[in-house]
Amino acid sequence: MAVKARIFVTYKESVFDPQGQTITDAVQSLGHPEVKKVNVGKFFDVLLDSTTTDVAETINEISEQLLVNFNLETYRYELLEEG
Amino acid sequence: MRIAIIVFPGSNCDVDLFEALHSVCNTDAQYVSYREKSLADFDAVMIPGGFSYGDYLRCGAIARFSNIMPEVVKFARAGKPVLGICNGFQILTEAGLLPGALKKNNNLKFICKTAALTVENNATLFTKQYHSKEKIYLPIAHADGSYYAEKNVLSQLEDQQQVVFRYADENPNGSLNNIAGIINERGNVLGMMPHPERAVESLLGNVDGLRVFKSLLEGKVRTKEASR
Repeated sequence: MAVKARIFVTYKESVFDPQGQTITDAVQSLGHPEVKKVNVGKFFDVLLDSTTTDVAETINEISEQLLVNFNLETYRYELLEEG
Repeated sequence: MRIAIIVFPGSNCDVDLFEALHSVCNTDAQYVSYREKSLADFDAVMIPGGFSYGDYLRCGAIARFSNIMPEVVKFARAGKPVLGICNGFQILTEAGLLPGALKKNNNLKFICKTAALTVENNATLFTKQYHSKEKIYLPIAHADGSYYAEKNVLSQLEDQQQVVFRYADENPNGSLNNIAGIINERGNVLGMMPHPERAVESLLGNVDGLRVFKSLLEGKVRTKEASR
């Protein structure tokens, strides 16, 4: 059985997000002063075979080994669908 | 001294580095492919700039998993000299040999220009031929050179004089504490965003980078400049 997971990787709160700041400025200049802050992150859609692996364990492992740089970033994930 | 220049897919300053070592410093420099599994017989390792693995995911994130990297880690842990320039610095942080990380420049642009630097620590293997607080100029060329580390890491770097180069006059990329280059606690692994290998001959208009290599090679350097 295949499981699709979406892993979100974002900067930690303490890290300045220059893309987010630029987009915030642009959105505000488009006439939306009510938009206080935009942050940019990335996500990875991962298709896993859940019959042969512990899904949560695999996701945490690949995030910690490769997808996330813990100096800068943090992550969370959602399971999207099973099929 | 026999120096390994690690070449990854996407490295693009490997030839500059080779020429700086071989032609300018008359040193035995060898290209070593990322596929290799040995650094035996080398006295120093240098990781050149470029865009290893296309900077996919994060700069240096994929290069870190190539065959040669466990050897580089072993080499560094043995206390032997390792220098990472630009992408090489990024790879060293990703590999955990240097603290912190390099992120997108604050202005989101690829910055290619000459940067003024201060030599903050001239008591390292790589900087002993500079004066303390000497102001030098080196080319920078990067999109992801903004140094970041947690506060406690930054204060440790400062307390232990691990900040080797700092941007002077202006901070081009948003690096915390104006950091342009740092060395590990043991003092054998240096990472720097500026390119000393691009400033080694007066023909290039700048020789401020030459002493990074001369410092490491000590008295063994005979430059073409000096022999004239």
